[in-house]
Amino acid sequence: MTELLQWARYHWQRPIGRTNTDDDERPYSYSSLLACGGKSSQTPRLAGKHRVVVPHLQLFKEEYEKFSGTYVNNRIRTTKYTLLNFVPRNLFEQFHRVANLYFLFLVVLNWVPLVEAFQKEITMLPLVVVLTIIAIKDGLEDYRKYKIDKQINNLVTKVYSRKEKKYVDRCWKDVTVGDFIHLSCNEVIPADMVLLFSTDPDGICHIETSGLDGESNLKQKQVVRRYAEQDSEVDPEKFSSRIECESPNNDLNRFRGFLEHSNKERVGLSKENLLLRGCTIRNTEAVMGIVVYAGHETKAMLNNSGPRYKRSKLERRANTDVLWCVLLLVVMCLTGALGHGIWLSRYENIPFFNIPEPDGHSLSPVLAGFYMFWTMIILLQVLIPISLYVSIEIVKLGQVYFIQSDVDFYNEKMGSTVQCRALNITEDLGQIQYLFSDKTGTLTENKMVFRRCSVAGFDYCHEENAKRLESYQEAASEDEDSADTPSGSLSNMAKPRALSCRTVHSRPLGSISSNHLTGSCFALESREGASEVPHSRQAAFSSPIETDVVPDTRLLDKFSQITPLLFTPTDETIPDPPLETLYIIDFFIALAICNTVVVSAPNQPRQKVGLSSLRGIPIKSLEEIKNLFQRLSVRRSSSPSLASGKEPSGVPNAFVSRLSLFNRMKPASPVEEEISQTSESLQGSDDSACPTEIEKQNSDAGIANGKVEALPGQPLTSSLCYEAESPDEAALVYAARAYQCTLQSRTPEQVVVDFAALGPLTFQLLHILPFDSVRKRMSVVVRHPLSNQVVVYTKGADSAIMELLSVASPDGPGLEKQQMMIREKTQKHLDDYAKRGLRTLCIAKRVMSDTEYAEWLRNHFLAETSIDNREELLLESAMRLENKLTLLGATGIEDRLQEGVPEAIEALHKAGIKIWMLTGDKQETAVNIAYACKLLEPNDKLFVLNTESKNACEMLMDTILKELQKNPASPEQASLSASLHQPPPTLQGSGLRAALIITGKTLEFALQESLQKQFLELTARCQAVVCCRATPLQKSEVVKLVRSHLRVMTLAIGDGANDVSMIQVADIGIGISGQEGMQAVMASDFAVSQFRHLSKLLLVHGHWCYTRLSNMILYFFYKNVAYVNLLFWYQFFCGFSGTSMTDYWVLIFFNLLFTSAPPVIYGVLEKDVSAETLMQLPELYRSGQRSEAYLPLTFWITLLDAFYQSLVCFFVPYYTYQGSDIDIFTFGNPLNTAALFVILLHLVIESKSLTWIHMLVIAGSILCYFCFALAFGAMCVTCNPPSNPYWIMQEHMADPVFYLVCVLTTCVALLPRFIYRVLQGSLFPSPILRAKHLDRLPAEERIEALKKWRGTGQMDQLTSKYADHSAVESERIPIYDPSAVFAVMSATACAVEKGNLPVCETALDSDFSETKASGMAGPSKD
Amino acid sequence: MAMNYNAKDEVDGGPPCPPGGTAKTRRPDNTAFKQQRLPAWQPILTAGTVLPTFFIIGLIFIPIGIGIFVTSNNIREIEGNVFMYYGLSNFYQNHRRYVKSRDDGQLNGDPSALLNPSKECEPYRRNEDKPIAPCGAIANSMFNDTLELFQVGNASDLTPIPLKKKGIAWWTDKNVKFRNPPGTDPLEERFKGTTKPVNWVKPVYMLDSDEDNNGFINEDFIVWMRTAALPTFRKLYRLIERKNDLHPTLPAGRYYLNITYNYPVHSFDGRKRMILSTISWMGGKNPFLGIAYITIGSISFLLGVVLLVINHKYRNSSNTADITI
Repeated sequence: MTELLQWARYHWQRPIGRTNTDDDERPYSYSSLLACGGKSSQTPRLAGKHRVVVPHLQLFKEEYEKFSGTYVNNRIRTTKYTLLNFVPRNLFEQFHRVANLYFLFLVVLNWVPLVEAFQKEITMLPLVVVLTIIAIKDGLEDYRKYKIDKQINNLVTKVYSRKEKKYVDRCWKDVTVGDFIHLSCNEVIPADMVLLFSTDPDGICHIETSGLDGESNLKQKQVVRRYAEQDSEVDPEKFSSRIECESPNNDLNRFRGFLEHSNKERVGLSKENLLLRGCTIRNTEAVMGIVVYAGHETKAMLNNSGPRYKRSKLERRANTDVLWCVLLLVVMCLTGALGHGIWLSRYENIPFFNIPEPDGHSLSPVLAGFYMFWTMIILLQVLIPISLYVSIEIVKLGQVYFIQSDVDFYNEKMGSTVQCRALNITEDLGQIQYLFSDKTGTLTENKMVFRRCSVAGFDYCHEENAKRLESYQEAASEDEDSADTPSGSLSNMAKPRALSCRTVHSRPLGSISSNHLTGSCFALESREGASEVPHSRQAAFSSPIETDVVPDTRLLDKFSQITPLLFTPTDETIPDPPLETLYIIDFFIALAICNTVVVSAPNQPRQKVGLSSLRGIPIKSLEEIKNLFQRLSVRRSSSPSLASGKEPSGVPNAFVSRLSLFNRMKPASPVEEEISQTSESLQGSDDSACPTEIEKQNSDAGIANGKVEALPGQPLTSSLCYEAESPDEAALVYAARAYQCTLQSRTPEQVVVDFAALGPLTFQLLHILPFDSVRKRMSVVVRHPLSNQVVVYTKGADSAIMELLSVASPDGPGLEKQQMMIREKTQKHLDDYAKRGLRTLCIAKRVMSDTEYAEWLRNHFLAETSIDNREELLLESAMRLENKLTLLGATGIEDRLQEGVPEAIEALHKAGIKIWMLTGDKQETAVNIAYACKLLEPNDKLFVLNTESKNACEMLMDTILKELQKNPASPEQASLSASLHQPPPTLQGSGLRAALIITGKTLEFALQESLQKQFLELTARCQAVVCCRATPLQKSEVVKLVRSHLRVMTLAIGDGANDVSMIQVADIGIGISGQEGMQAVMASDFAVSQFRHLSKLLLVHGHWCYTRLSNMILYFFYKNVAYVNLLFWYQFFCGFSGTSMTDYWVLIFFNLLFTSAPPVIYGVLEKDVSAETLMQLPELYRSGQRSEAYLPLTFWITLLDAFYQSLVCFFVPYYTYQGSDIDIFTFGNPLNTAALFVILLHLVIESKSLTWIHMLVIAGSILCYFCFALAFGAMCVTCNPPSNPYWIMQEHMADPVFYLVCVLTTCVALLPRFIYRVLQGSLFPSPILRAKHLDRLPAEERIEALKKWRGTGQMDQLTSKYADHSAVESERIPIYDPSAVFAVMSATACAVEKGNLPVCETALDSDFSETKASGMAGPSKD
Repeated sequence: MAMNYNAKDEVDGGPPCPPGGTAKTRRPDNTAFKQQRLPAWQPILTAGTVLPTFFIIGLIFIPIGIGIFVTSNNIREIEGNVFMYYGLSNFYQNHRRYVKSRDDGQLNGDPSALLNPSKECEPYRRNEDKPIAPCGAIANSMFNDTLELFQVGNASDLTPIPLKKKGIAWWTDKNVKFRNPPGTDPLEERFKGTTKPVNWVKPVYMLDSDEDNNGFINEDFIVWMRTAALPTFRKLYRLIERKNDLHPTLPAGRYYLNITYNYPVHSFDGRKRMILSTISWMGGKNPFLGIAYITIGSISFLLGVVLLVINHKYRNSSNTADITI
């Protein structure tokens, strides 16, 4: 409607505007229209923080400099550093880490002469190395970004140049706010700009946003209202408007502002007018726009948050242990300080070896002890593993590499594999205790198949369709081509074969002539389109199964009653039956048009016919336009239009009359329409300069096509392609097409539907109220071409629609009664659908009088143009429109389960993960899907929480809790407090499982503070929880509640924008890159393409990553403590003077070089159990949940072992060399060498699998050590005082005692751990160890053993469930896939019904569905 | 266009993902490495598998231990070359600041370091405005008692036993690490401009009359400069060479040790010792290593037996442990 208005105003103003008589036209301006609506004419004022954009032109030179100078240009710089600031800035950032600061402190400390332990410079080395490694990594990353930035900045676009008065090529980086940009098809938008012109006659422009959000369907954008109807390009020189809009923000779905013309007239701007940087222009020849946000202020860049940083649980655990290490260090240093003080105080005189201060005095023992404390800290600093953090990062990179290269995650269809977006929480995957899953698109395919519908209270079961789907599933292995055959053969069974949907496919507007008309530019385009469009369609609909619907024969019979006569004036004489027929017509029209589906042909871009001709003959003279306009208005007034409709023509409102004048109504009767169409087309061929004419021509082409294709027995290849934002919409449109109600084209102003018996109908699209999750519905406002009424078609969730149905029917009490009946029956059908797991939608309509509509429109305009609280106003406005609805019917759409979902859920359940399903669907649908995907088992005890008040909720929870306590499902679940810190307890014994179903409303109460604890206690006792009707906010609140109160590891998985908040709140967020765009993926830490990949990601990679990393971290602690303690023990023999018996270079390299690579390799490649076994025995995952690999106790045991080993390492050489003439550094050499062997062999003992890489690295480390020691010993004659390594290693290598000492030390040091592992392996093997045994068995034995393993787990509820799996199977079938049984029954029902009276039919139908419903309820509720 | 998308995605930090964009297949390579299926040795530590290890360790260690033990005990017999040590106890030659108090450059004959010793030598760096050579606390505290050994003859006459001064230091120390200042002048000239360490009686160039054992390359000095690892230590003092194979180097009899007492040890409650010892392939006498080997060997053997029992008891379960537990 608004477009129409604009169009009208434009045509008013254009002829006159050119003659500069603006003032005369003021009364007609937009703001005055608002004023006469009776509301306050106050146009929303923009605050100062808003952005003003003025064109970069002479006219605005001063203003331009004032405003635009402050806005950033389009150059982007995503790099953090420049060449100059790299070093300081990188250092600054690195020193944000506490660990680095600590080491810096040590370095500084070493420069204090009194406490210096080593040579000053040397101490810096480890820190420098670590800083350098990280700096190089950062630098490389940054350089890569720099190169990409440069590449992007230098892309070329066409910018209007003031000097040359034309569009010139310019780099992206030189684009500034206020520039005019001209883009051709397939070009990428360089900056956020307001669309001013499109070659599309409707002023729309298609863009592909996959670069931004990954959604591959095309989105429509609209030219700013005033410019919408412009037929030639906006001349930038003449552009005299200024734009005010909000300051840059990152909300992709919001853009508010207005465009103010030089005459102070304002036009509201919305996101529909904004072209976003990074998107691609598609299917539109050329567009022009003015830049409003550039560079970093564009929405794309503001959304570019980069990789996410989370801290994993394991790392948090490690951090506390680092603190313990610090404490240990302090204790050791205190010991040293105290020891030194005591040692000093023993001497009365100054001994030789205690060197006095330069002034000849000696330090007092207390002071010396104090200094010694700091010296000790320097000496023993390695106790805090500086390399730990670097190593962890490297290991995680390696783990991410392996996860991403797992071929099992590769999805052939989408060509995508797993993405790790968060690099540092891989190990959290191995510790998940709670899983929160979305339903649609996550568990299900989100590929909607139309299954059933109910129109005017009659259920149409579409049994042929069901059969076709069945057989398709059976024949799933067949290839794509043969997939068509079953549907074909089945459609033979349908009696009216000619009506099989496949014959109905019609060609789009692009006829041969249109192809001919479009220029060479499109030839190129269509070639590209041919390669791309089918691909994206393939992503949406992998097979014809979703798009082909076999019509229900019963419904088809009723279709045959539809004749154009129904709409002739005589139709009032026909009694009741036509009402139902009318309902059917309305129902299918609603299906076809109540959506935002874009129609396009797969092989060529959707393109207006008249484009090139339009460009060929540009309108030049004012006179021509005037003529044109006059001719138009004359024809309008002659044709029967709104004014002569049902509405009394004498409406005083000038607005409506103007509306009637300028809207491009179709004639009321089809006959008349055709006549006028022909005449118009004749005219059109005469003068194709007018866009309106071309419109007509288009519809003519549509009619022609429709007629040709509607002929029976003339099958055409499917060539209409629907691109829908949600698959439901597409499914409904395809369903409508099956009934010959084909959506032919859609523009912002009109929708053409080819309706079987009625011929093509052109609906004037007055308004679209898009879907949102608050209203849970969407509406279109159209003018019905046949009845000529304003009709609102609403489609939405049943709960949303049912509340809005009109209580009183305007047409009399009889109809009211019928309405009530329809409503009741439809509700019954809806319940039935939901029980079968179908997604239900209600379709309703409302007929409005023109006055009502005009009234509403006025208010709606007001809402649309307000800037500050537009959302609320729009919602209010929608509420005003969507009420007093008349129910037409309901649809049931099947959302099939994804492949492997039940198996994955079963495995995750076995792994001890509690799974919650959070969905916006209704309860029945959710429960059914939950059964289908094995989230609920048939013998589960279901508790439904569905209350209207908080008190009721509390009482119900109490009762359920009591009941659960009566049946002690598991003795472990004694109380909540017990389960607070424990992983989810395993249910044992009786095998009773409980499941909780909770609805959104009740969830609201349960989430309140006072009930939280009770709710959590209840859920802790339930194996599965299903939350239905949950809003996105509730989803995230549930996750937050569980996460913070139970202190468990949570994982949220979802695919849509409504899951984003949940994904962000959970410890790990997983996005499914599926049908609903990439928002979820963008917010996630990991992205997979299918739910079933989750099982391998968690069970295998999660387990591996966790065990690997935790063992590596423990090893690092062990390694450093063991090594540093050697120095500590030596202090007892050197008067606690802080002497190191090792050369400091060796000391440094020991950690940096000789023992750094093996643990990293271990952290990346360690494999305790094979992937196959882990998948087959999900129980093994539980060890990770319980953090078994890294318990606090494990840490202390590791430390104890480290102490023991260091003691052995020190005292075996000590006793060997005691009393001999050995010197300090010669004494240190065997200590070091033995320590190296001990530390490396310790790793070998801990490793569960050793590949050649392990061997190579370990051998390399040892070799490296000896080479270094030998080289150092040979070359360093006087270097590195005082520790002179000269020839020490060489001496030792020739000394048998050295070897004897090393061998003995190594053996004694490792003996306890070795014995422990051996005893553990043979006496009390952990499940992991036992599973490892399985890996070594030959294939057949392994299968046997696996069976036995599972068999012996009978005690385990998990396995008991597995045991009676087969028994359950038969029982479950009716629930799992009820359609099989149902289809047969309903087929007989349908046969009986044929020819029966409607009343009888109804009875049978409802009766039938009732029995069916009870049958359904039986097994599922028990 | 596609390139641009990729670029942007990379800026985002995530790999590119448009399903229809790039034509390249992103299917990961199916290699053993990438799929983490590298052949691996998977040691399983159970009683059964490690049993042989313990027995082998036991079987190897016990003989070695016995060998070492015997060798060590045989050292008492004074045959072959006899080494004469002096021992000091409670002398912390390994004190951090003491250890540092030297200038290796100076000792290596660096002329500049000779006249300008390292700061590490403080406060024994300069004396009376002259650089000390050799500087530092280690040199300053050099052991300076003189030990002489006599054999008491039948008529209480003392036959001095020839003590060899040379050959007591590491060859590399004497020839590479320690060097007198360069030049052909007499030593005294070469050390001109320096002064003796405070505690020394004689300057460094008068340590010995033998040109080859004087100055920095005096072996007593070199030995002292190799700071001991532990507070109770011995240092090689002299060598008593074996004259011929027929007689022991030091035949049984009475000996007389003459000590010129210079070195004060009371200040740190120290003790001096003189040790005479021969050396085997494994150094001086020390029973520890032998006993340790024997002990560990025995323990290992014992553990082997224990494990044998365990293995026997749990054999059935260890192979099929996965099932019963």
